[in-house]
Amino acid sequence: MYVFGYRLPGLSSLLIWGLLWEIVGRAELTFFVPPLSEVLRTLVAIIGTPPFIKALSETAYAFSGGVFAAIVIGVPLGILMGRSRLLDELLLPWANMFLSAPLTALVPVLMVLFGFGMKAIIITTALFAIWIIILNSRAGVRQINRSLVEMAHSFGASPVDAFFKIYFWAALPEILGGVRIGIIRAVKGVIIGQLLISIVGFGALFELYSANFLMAHFWAVLLVLFALAFSISEFLAYLERKVAYYAAKR
Amino acid sequence: MAMSQTKRVLTPVENTPTEIAVSARNITKNYGAVEALKDLTLEFPRGQLTSLLGPSGCGKTTLLKIIAGLLKTTSGEVEVNGKAVTGPGPNRAFVFQDFALLPWATVLRNVAFGLELRGVARSEREARAEKYIKDVGLAGFEQSYPHELSGGMRQRVGLARALSVDAQVLLMDEPFSAVDEQTRRKFQEDLLSLVQNENKTFIFVTHSIEEAVYVSDQIAILLPRPSRVSEVIRPSGFRNKGIDNIRRDPEYLDIVDNIWASLRSYVE
Ligand SMILES: Nc1ncnc2c1ncn2[C@@H]1O[C@H](COP(=O)(O)OP(=O)(O)O)[C@@H](O)[C@H]1O
Ligand SMILES: [Mg+2]
Repeated sequence: MYVFGYRLPGLSSLLIWGLLWEIVGRAELTFFVPPLSEVLRTLVAIIGTPPFIKALSETAYAFSGGVFAAIVIGVPLGILMGRSRLLDELLLPWANMFLSAPLTALVPVLMVLFGFGMKAIIITTALFAIWIIILNSRAGVRQINRSLVEMAHSFGASPVDAFFKIYFWAALPEILGGVRIGIIRAVKGVIIGQLLISIVGFGALFELYSANFLMAHFWAVLLVLFALAFSISEFLAYLERKVAYYAAKR
Repeated sequence: MAMSQTKRVLTPVENTPTEIAVSARNITKNYGAVEALKDLTLEFPRGQLTSLLGPSGCGKTTLLKIIAGLLKTTSGEVEVNGKAVTGPGPNRAFVFQDFALLPWATVLRNVAFGLELRGVARSEREARAEKYIKDVGLAGFEQSYPHELSGGMRQRVGLARALSVDAQVLLMDEPFSAVDEQTRRKFQEDLLSLVQNENKTFIFVTHSIEEAVYVSDQIAILLPRPSRVSEVIRPSGFRNKGIDNIRRDPEYLDIVDNIWASLRSYVE
């Protein structure tokens, strides 16, 4: 961003929004928005407290469990769909439907099926993340250069070799893109799970703070959540850039 | 007319019977309703280079992939060293028209990839790959990636990969069609010395008449679909006169003219 010809460092637009937040907060327009400085002070105060650590670890557990399941199931499934006509015709309509379906509406069904515990939350998280991972992996495999496959075959590659040495790597740029979007969706999934299924983790903190009108606390936890999601997504974007050198030349 | 003239020019000087490395017998290949090859029979002598020459779409790639075991025939069969081909095998290696290199792997890993798939231990396959990288003139580029190389260099990688598995039969599908003219000429010269030095059977697809006559011990002319071999030509007189003289040898020029005479009617 340039102001009067001076180049401002990245993220400096955040400063302007932070300033605006502070002003709105100081003006006491609404109890819903306390000043940013107060939110940050609260953040420093609650971070490291046992309830916060407990919430963080519960959320991290459900989140990583769900994301792990979504990747471990979604990537191979997407690759197989990209390779097998039959599997593709069977599963593609479902994947497309669930990608755009309001998954929140399914959460009560999951509660009936899997109970009110961590298991249902992990499954909710996975359900939010998996569809885009499947579809992207599938797209990655479908654009693979046929002669790479023939090359591997002509040198005697087994199906397992072809899968791990050709298909996976050829589709990797799309797979990483899918995982990145999937992870952003998983953040949504884990919080919805923790609010609707059982009140644990950050969901419990949100519930507690909003019920008691502790808005500074509420915003502090939200900031932490945003920061976490942002860093994970940036990390994946970094990995994507590392494979970009061949993405355009497959 | 053209045929009889060709025969006169091409009478082999020495008539030693050669061993047959690959034979294709009565090959028919249909893609759905499209008849790509019809009852094609052709033999490939060991240690020699045979070109498949013909206009695009006449089934050259199809035949080569059938020999490679990458495609099944509709009927007929291919034998390599007397054994029927049922799929790809270690006695054949393929050089692809579009190089087919792994874009995410270095030159070293690409060249060693055939050996990697055959389960050769890392240190051994890299040592062998390094030797062939040197042989094709790419020493110093071991750690480069394909997108950092020119088209000609990429095809050298493809060639080194095919050589490093030490297959008896090398199948090359228009390997030089994607490189520039100068590089192509250098490749053709290198190919001649390769045929001399390595005791391998080369099957070489091209649509360039000059290229086929320049590099081949035997040229099979394929005519458009459903295609079969219309003529087999064995240039013999100019091969040992030195590579610099081939292109102005009268026999070379005659053969080029005769092939053009027989193909001309198929080009609209
Ligand atoms: N997978 C395929 N499906 C249908 N037709 C094909 C396929 N591959 C090749 N053909 C047809 O078979 C004929 C021979 O193709 P090809 O062997 O690639 O010819 P060439 O290599 O001589 O140019 C062409 O007419 C082409 O259209
Ligand atoms: Mg072809």
